[in-house]
Amino acid sequence: MSTLTAKRNRLAYAYLSPAMFIMALVIAYPFVYNVVISFSNMNLTHFRDWRLIGLRNYWLVVTDYSFWYFFFKTVLWTVLNLVFHVGIGVFLAILLDKDLRGKTVYRTLLILPWAVPQYITALTWRGMFNSEYGAVNLLLEKLFHTQVLWLSSEWGAFAACLITNIWLGFPFMMIIALGGLQSIPNELYEAAEIDGATAWQKFRNITVPLLRPVMVPAIILGVIWTFNNFNVVWLVSNGGEPSDKTHILVSWVYKSAFTYFRFGYAAAFSMIIFLILFIFSWRFIKKTQVVENIYG
Amino acid sequence: MARHKQLTTKGKIITHAILIAFTLFAIFPVVRVISISLRPGNRLLSRSLAIIPEGATLESYVTLFFQTPFLRWMANSLVVSLLVTIVGVGLAITAGYAFSRFKFRGRKASLLAIITTQMFPVTMLLLPLFIMLIKLHLYDSFGGLIITYSATALPFTIWQMKGYYDTIPFSLEEAAMIDGASPLYTFVRIILPLALPAIAITALFSFMTAWSEYLVAAVLIQNTDLFTLPLGLKSFQANMEVAWGLYSAGAVVVSLPVVVIFILASRYLISGLTLGSVKG
Repeated sequence: MSTLTAKRNRLAYAYLSPAMFIMALVIAYPFVYNVVISFSNMNLTHFRDWRLIGLRNYWLVVTDYSFWYFFFKTVLWTVLNLVFHVGIGVFLAILLDKDLRGKTVYRTLLILPWAVPQYITALTWRGMFNSEYGAVNLLLEKLFHTQVLWLSSEWGAFAACLITNIWLGFPFMMIIALGGLQSIPNELYEAAEIDGATAWQKFRNITVPLLRPVMVPAIILGVIWTFNNFNVVWLVSNGGEPSDKTHILVSWVYKSAFTYFRFGYAAAFSMIIFLILFIFSWRFIKKTQVVENIYG
Repeated sequence: MARHKQLTTKGKIITHAILIAFTLFAIFPVVRVISISLRPGNRLLSRSLAIIPEGATLESYVTLFFQTPFLRWMANSLVVSLLVTIVGVGLAITAGYAFSRFKFRGRKASLLAIITTQMFPVTMLLLPLFIMLIKLHLYDSFGGLIITYSATALPFTIWQMKGYYDTIPFSLEEAAMIDGASPLYTFVRIILPLALPAIAITALFSFMTAWSEYLVAAVLIQNTDLFTLPLGLKSFQANMEVAWGLYSAGAVVVSLPVVVIFILASRYLISGLTLGSVKG
């Protein structure tokens, strides 16, 4: 038995080795290198003659006002996005789960935002938020006789990024929720109807608890993606405009690294972002497993 | 027919109204880009909201193909994306199989490590790779771009292939082994053909990762001859008043094939995603 196990082990490692070799090269090694840089004074003037300086970069990051400011903005960004993604997604999924003519057409058109490459979405919405020629202001003018200075004010730009990201993100949650809804057995609803349950009671006591195990992993993924998604923020705000205020943590660290070439500082910053997400995710996963156990 | 899915006439009207409103929201930017791409050159800065512009013309498309380096960018993007796809799929079909079928030492730890890489902010690998590529003289080359894209795509492709193999019953391999087939034969001739839909989706995903990526390319590529499509289209934006029509035409050409394939594949993608999320 033990020789068989050893043989199977060897076979497993044989299948794994090509991928592991490449991943060691392009993921593990750069990761370790990033850790080393984060403890060093490497920047454009100290590119080859860098030395280790301990925790100073980490200290610089957490004592910088802009870190806390963008941390707050990132959390706000993530929470607002997730609320809209999940809210709109689940709502539309419930509607699409009904007996309705033209369901397939709706579903196909509604996943369109997911299918368009993200950078095109972002650049296109940036054009649409142009205050004079952009479609958004033209529509606002026509419907409500008002205009908004989207891209030139701090919170206008934030709202513009948010609208863009809500647009591209809700179809994912909708599709996941639709899959979850279709797996709920009809008998449960029928039994509830026999017991005289109202629509709200059915939603509260059948739909929500049975949808939860499907939505929780999607939400965790959504949080990680949104927290780190700076395609939209960077491209809609054209690199943080106005005056480097429209950032989330990742876009700010990208700027420190590749515009200001503060390598050591940026490496430490990346580590801190990673640790925030790591701690959040594992706590969340642990907690929700407990939840699942309660629901059996 | 399930009763709770039936709606009253009033309910149907309201549901249709809501769905139409959200559908309009979903297609509005797409319609808008198509509309701008059809505008004649002297009306680019029109304040019109008409869907089919006055004097609609294919001028922008002609200019895009014959007077800009658009075709070169497309060729560059194709080369990079195809190579990333080959690396991504080639490594994921074997590694995913190992994770699905074998209980080996370090299995759980490796799987957790793979998930953990998804929490890396993009700079976490991009910055060290950027520095390494400069030192290896691979900066400003497709080699560096392909290496970096593979690093981002691999964890996801491995995880996805594993999820699909998990749905193929183990009894197939047992039957083959009782018939005396070698493990390699079983894998190549029995399991891989069954996994073709998943391989197609994995390939599509790797391809799209590279086809649609802007931020890494913006750091690693400086030479305009090596520009990929995202870098090219972004360069129009610097001069948006003049190039608004060119950008829109380019956006339509670049997105169209991806969108069509995505929608055709969405059914498989959806079952894969829900399966993966339910099984964890």
